[in-house]
Amino acid sequence: MAQIASTSTARAFAGIMLQQASIDAAISMSADAQLRLTGDWSVRGLKSIEAQLAALNPPCSKPLTLNCAEVLAMDTAGAWLLQSLLLRLQANSVGTKIDGLKPAFAKRLEVVAAQLAAADSQRAPTTAAMRPLERLGRSAFAVWEETYALLSFVGETAKTLLQSALQPARIRWRPILFNIREAGFNALPIVGLLSFLLGVVVAYQGADQLRQYGANIFVADLVGVSMLREFAPLITAIIIAGRSGSAYAAQIGTMAVTEEIDAMRTLGIAPIEMLVLPKLIAMLIALPLLTVFADVLGILGGMLMAREQLDVGYVEFLDRLIKAIVMTTYTVGIGKAPVFALIIVLVGCFQGFRTRGGADSVGRQTTRSVVQSIFLVIVADALFSVVFSALDI
Amino acid sequence: MDAGDETVIELSKVSTRFGDHVVHREIDLSVRRAEIFALIGGSGSGKSTLLREMILLHRPTSGKIKVLGNDLDALSEADASALRLRWGVMFQHGGLFGALNVRENVGLPLREHTKLSDALIDSLAEWKLTMAGLGLEVGTQFPNELSGGMMKRASLARALVLDPELLFLDEPTAGLDPVSATGVDVLVLKLRELFGLTIVMITHDLDLLWQVADRVAVLADGRVEAVGSMADLAAIDRPEVRQFFEGARGRAAQQSAAPSNRNQAGTSWKPK
Repeated sequence: MAQIASTSTARAFAGIMLQQASIDAAISMSADAQLRLTGDWSVRGLKSIEAQLAALNPPCSKPLTLNCAEVLAMDTAGAWLLQSLLLRLQANSVGTKIDGLKPAFAKRLEVVAAQLAAADSQRAPTTAAMRPLERLGRSAFAVWEETYALLSFVGETAKTLLQSALQPARIRWRPILFNIREAGFNALPIVGLLSFLLGVVVAYQGADQLRQYGANIFVADLVGVSMLREFAPLITAIIIAGRSGSAYAAQIGTMAVTEEIDAMRTLGIAPIEMLVLPKLIAMLIALPLLTVFADVLGILGGMLMAREQLDVGYVEFLDRLIKAIVMTTYTVGIGKAPVFALIIVLVGCFQGFRTRGGADSVGRQTTRSVVQSIFLVIVADALFSVVFSALDI
Repeated sequence: MDAGDETVIELSKVSTRFGDHVVHREIDLSVRRAEIFALIGGSGSGKSTLLREMILLHRPTSGKIKVLGNDLDALSEADASALRLRWGVMFQHGGLFGALNVRENVGLPLREHTKLSDALIDSLAEWKLTMAGLGLEVGTQFPNELSGGMMKRASLARALVLDPELLFLDEPTAGLDPVSATGVDVLVLKLRELFGLTIVMITHDLDLLWQVADRVAVLADGRVEAVGSMADLAAIDRPEVRQFFEGARGRAAQQSAAPSNRNQAGTSWKPK
């Protein structure tokens, strides 16, 4: 018998009840002004007890006895609720008496009581929800701050680039070559495939219209001009922004989180020189080359579709293409690539350097880098169109 | 059956290999209820792996581990989840979630596993934070704004939030200043006194070992070299064990522990 008793105490003490099917905690008012507490007052058993406590409305005339003999388990959450109830009753100037609570639980209740009393004196600061106007102001300020920081970053990079140009020995060729392979050569399959498909789509969509007028041969003009001037540079830049811009942001962001950037600064190495310049120079070389590759594959795609849909043979197509395309069409397309390269690298690295805190922030900055660089690439492309039409190129 | 002698963790013939590298060779260990048990050993002696095996994060190559009466190898998914709620783990680097603030981090287990109201969860989380020695203002901060010591305390608060029976501490004092480290000593003793917790910790902190640990297991060479109180271990004359007592640090910790003899008092403690 004694053995059973000690085992059950030990169990209750350790809160072993958690694993077993728990009996829901309950509280009820009996006729003789007693509150009867039953069940598991532990996180498992506390299901509807909060509602029961809120509904409890004891008469405030005479002292209450809390009969706790049937409380099977009590952890800190349960003790917390019981103590809150006691405090509430006291505030209503109801006298309370606790009856039959096991010593182990009573000890917990004491600890909670001490803590609650201490917590009352210092309330946690509450952060008030922002009003719409304040939120608008804050986000406007954040946009301005970010733009300013981006411009500073561009300036700093330009300065570092000039310094390196004056001291060519300081240029790090190995990382440049590595980056050309990473961002350029390794991107050939995906850039080639997508621009080929784009060429197919342009020719296919044009085929119907051209056939109506019997102007089949002009498919070469359509594919040639649209691919060389617009689509090849744009699709290449977008793929590379998603592929390499995000990688730059994630790499630099992780380095910022693990204090590698700070370490670099204290070792007297300029992070921009070490991390940004090689990427920038590599991309300025790789992106125009990728664009040329995209030009070729896009026209191949168009050529294939022209023969399938419009019976324009390869020789005819190329013959017409040479007549249709002037040199400026080609150079205008290639000329945009270095600008897109600048945007992708600068935005990617900039967002990487702005990473603060932890893993979460790395993800956020990487997303921002992709969204912003694609946005800026398209905006730049639109600006190019405006400028070129004004200059009549 | 006395509650104080009940075995809560039992390892028998646990061996672990990573490829050709043998980490543990047939380790036998047992941890009793309401005991503060420490694992020590040099770097790479397999302390952390052993801890990870006890908390279902890693499966030993062979051997049997029983925790709170459950054989970890034969556990169903549902039993494993139920068992996980019965222990708390404080990781060496905190393991706090960067996307949540400290109060949300501490309240997360309650939010996931109970039906308590948000307001109650927040107050319980705040209380556990103060219990771990953090101010209420810390609750609204994010983990990356905390210092190393605060991060450990927040992590401890999260480990305690479900009132576990078993608490695993991985290097609870590493990287803390001496004042905070002493705070951890006191806290660990207080926790056991209040809740009858069984505590298993990995530590290199000699003060913690002398002041707090009831029993200490020395791991070396994939084996348990010795188990016993620090006073017992001090009498053993083997190099793997001696290294923890020699040198200026070892002697200083031993001397500061001698007058109080708190760990002797600790062993005789029994839940009522």
